[in-house]
Amino acid sequence: MESLAEILISAGLVIGGIFGLVGSFGLIKLRDPMSRLHAPTKATTLGVGGTLIASMIHAPLFEGHLSFHELLITLFLFLTAPVTAFFIAKVHLHRNERPETLPTPGEDRLWATHDADRDGNRD
Amino acid sequence: MKILARLIPHPLLTALLTVVWLLLVNRWSLNSLLFGFFLGLVIPVVTAPFWPDRPTLRGPLKIAEYLAIALWDICVANVIVARLILFKRAQDLEPHFIAIPLDLRHPEAITALAATITLTPGTVSADLSADGHYLLVHCLHAPDPDSVVEEIKDRYERRLKEIFE
Repeated sequence: MESLAEILISAGLVIGGIFGLVGSFGLIKLRDPMSRLHAPTKATTLGVGGTLIASMIHAPLFEGHLSFHELLITLFLFLTAPVTAFFIAKVHLHRNERPETLPTPGEDRLWATHDADRDGNRD
Repeated sequence: MKILARLIPHPLLTALLTVVWLLLVNRWSLNSLLFGFFLGLVIPVVTAPFWPDRPTLRGPLKIAEYLAIALWDICVANVIVARLILFKRAQDLEPHFIAIPLDLRHPEAITALAATITLTPGTVSADLSADGHYLLVHCLHAPDPDSVVEEIKDRYERRLKEIFE
């Protein structure tokens, strides 16, 4: 029983480590800023997830108490990851994209970022 | 019933805050349950001005189904993106911006959709159109952009529409 738990914990840690590494590698390998954004937001969710699952198995078996902090970390990560990605994407749109380089949003004509630029809100 | 509705204007948020507090404390005791519930009573009342037109959520089963699908997709997505990063040459990738026409109108529903898109494989939501009718999404590798639009609309947006509207 104990060795089974140890195998599960190790598997969680190794999977977490691999995905964390691949995410970081993606940052180097991919070429444009928007593509680079994919590597950390994706590969690290499972990277952190694997580590957290290992931690959740470890706590009741080796420390003798249940631990739920990991669930909270997952929750906060899922709430904050899209926000940071959104911020970086928005900066990229401001600096490197023009309305002509993006697909047109139908009857709205402009994306919100460029609409704000046009209104003179540019810093 | 009316007094209860006045005291607990947002039962879901109350329950969520209580549970989050218990998880934060990380040990079961009546004390922390009561304090968590106290926070769950006070915070919704104090923050009420921030959610003027709160949508009503429908179907707890549908929400659970949506979360399960999203979680599963996140795992699959991770593997797909990892494979793209490791085994595909950078110049063979076809990154694209795509515009997704939105049927959702609630800001909360659109936020949920945008967050799901960012968390799932190879797609990041980047911007909303000026009047909120389109979502700008960046795909890491999309040889066929139309099928991505189709999939997001059918897999996530349809379900969110059922939950929020």
